[in-house]
Amino acid sequence: MFSWFANPHRFLKLSDWLVPACYVLAAVGILWGLWQGLWIVPKDDYQGGDIMRVMFIHVPAAWLAMASYLGMAVMSFVWFIWRHEVADIAAKAIAPLGATWTALCLATGAIWGKPTWGTWWQWDDARMMSVLFMFFLFLGYMALRAAMDTRQKAARAGAILAMVGALNVPLIKFSVDLFTSLHQDASVITAEGPKMAAVYLWPLLISSFGHTLLFAALVMTFMRAEIWTRRAAQLRARLMTGD
Amino acid sequence: MSGAPILSAFRQALGEAWAGGAGALLPLGFFAGTTVLVPLGVGTEPATLRAIGPGILWVSLALSSLVTLERVFQADTEDGALDLWLQTGAPAAAIAAAKTFAHWLTAGLPLALLSPMLLLMFQARASGALLENMGLYAIGGIAFYFWGGVGAALSATVRRGGLLISLIALPLYVPTAIFGALAMGDGPSSASAPLFLAATTLFALAAAPFAMGAALRLAAD
Amino acid sequence: MSVGSLLYGNNIGIMRGERVLFRDVSLSLSPGEAIVLRGANGAGKTTLLRILAGLTQAETGEVSKQGAHHWIAHREGLKPHETPADHLRLWARAWGQTVEVRQLLADMGLSKPADVPAKYLSAGQRRRTALARLRLEDRPIWLLDEPFTALDADGKSLLQAMISNHRTQGGGVIAAIHGEAGFEFDTQVEI
Repeated sequence: MFSWFANPHRFLKLSDWLVPACYVLAAVGILWGLWQGLWIVPKDDYQGGDIMRVMFIHVPAAWLAMASYLGMAVMSFVWFIWRHEVADIAAKAIAPLGATWTALCLATGAIWGKPTWGTWWQWDDARMMSVLFMFFLFLGYMALRAAMDTRQKAARAGAILAMVGALNVPLIKFSVDLFTSLHQDASVITAEGPKMAAVYLWPLLISSFGHTLLFAALVMTFMRAEIWTRRAAQLRARLMTGD
Repeated sequence: MSGAPILSAFRQALGEAWAGGAGALLPLGFFAGTTVLVPLGVGTEPATLRAIGPGILWVSLALSSLVTLERVFQADTEDGALDLWLQTGAPAAAIAAAKTFAHWLTAGLPLALLSPMLLLMFQARASGALLENMGLYAIGGIAFYFWGGVGAALSATVRRGGLLISLIALPLYVPTAIFGALAMGDGPSSASAPLFLAATTLFALAAAPFAMGAALRLAAD
Repeated sequence: MSVGSLLYGNNIGIMRGERVLFRDVSLSLSPGEAIVLRGANGAGKTTLLRILAGLTQAETGEVSKQGAHHWIAHREGLKPHETPADHLRLWARAWGQTVEVRQLLADMGLSKPADVPAKYLSAGQRRRTALARLRLEDRPIWLLDEPFTALDADGKSLLQAMISNHRTQGGGVIAAIHGEAGFEFDTQVEI
């Protein structure tokens, strides 16, 4: 009971080969997507000329921002119900990475927006607004976990907040969509949707796939580090009490 | 299972809110004070003030809720009262909801009642809309207090958790702020916005207590 | 679980962070029995009581109780502006009891400070106020964490009499005690 080596051990064995595999596939996907995006596909002057190539990073980042929060919430739920240690470790690992990808999405959005539409930030872009609030959700989660005294309490507090946040995400998205729909004439980054020509679609999909695999590989790497950290702490504690 | 503990928690929280000596004047003062600060920063152009007035009140209401809730659960954690409430046999969610509702009644509702006067100061035109807005601030305020309560309950054991509460509560406040602002505007969604606002508040009333209860049980652990 | 047990705790263990605080603690409280918890500071007496009260989750083991319990701890649950009279009225109402508060306060030696806010009360008076809760309702199990702290000689005899009375009526007491217990106890549990 006091040794939880069972589940994490299996994860470590699995990630021993899965993580390098993901890194390799991710590299392939991202590099191919970047090569296509930066050199091969034609520039779209309507979308801002050459700068629109940043969409090959921006769009995957946006998708990962949303998906990673969902992943964090699901892991929190799994931990809450079944108390699988690995689920809590996963949720803890996803948070900083999700926050980074969210920030990346906001930054690339600003980089795209400034030369194209003249503003660094667009309050009328529903997607960017939602991603911005996602960023705060991640920050709040990380800050709350850090403020707790023990790792068990951090896990419980984080789980409550992640689940509450997840319940609110659809509501936040809906309200933001409603808010921004008032200004349809304002510039909207329409990188997704039926407007996109096939020539952009494939590099975008491959790029998204690559970014997702990279994200997964990084999450698993963080998880491995966390497992080793917790093991070390346990061994240290045993040493201290002379157990 | 009797509701006596829940009712007692509600009455005690009501008394608590008045116990500071200043009573409800404190949150009211903060609310009015921050609101009055705005024209000093933004300029006194009547058209500008009329346009931003309702939104400023939403922001002030949100801030007031965070300020009020900061000590509610933390004090109970520190002086051992939370331990007693959790052992009454009543669900922690119900105790938390009762206390949060009491604080909305003593701090959130008065703010809503004060809103017509403040809106007039922001050059709003006197009309029935002021009373409608009062109702909207009241309904929206409930959502602010209940989501803020989740933040406060989660931060109950954190030293100077005020900032943490705000960080947690901010995204949760967004739908209410948006629907509230839309409801007071003139756009195409203004007709449906009040309904969405009410729905959001109902959702907060349904979901937040369970999160608060879990957080309070964690705080006592 | 033995027949007639008021409270039964089996194989209770808990961790604090990475440290095992205690493990394999079992106890059983019978009617009329008093169990004293002993241990060094920080050993986990308070934590064990909190587990028995249902406030803290243990890692292992289970606790079952026949009947409600009273809880007296270091933090009395008094708000700074709350008077002893306020406190007893609040909890009497919360527990659905009708009690003659003034008389109860007099019995606890709190007639004079009955309407004094807690921030002006002495530690002993605050402790008496908390102990007064024990008389608001009859509950079979008393969980007491260092209940004699801050009490003067009169206060100590008062509490001893209350405990004695409670046990005679079939109630049980589990108390964490530092130093002299001052009352007869049946079992001692070392943490």
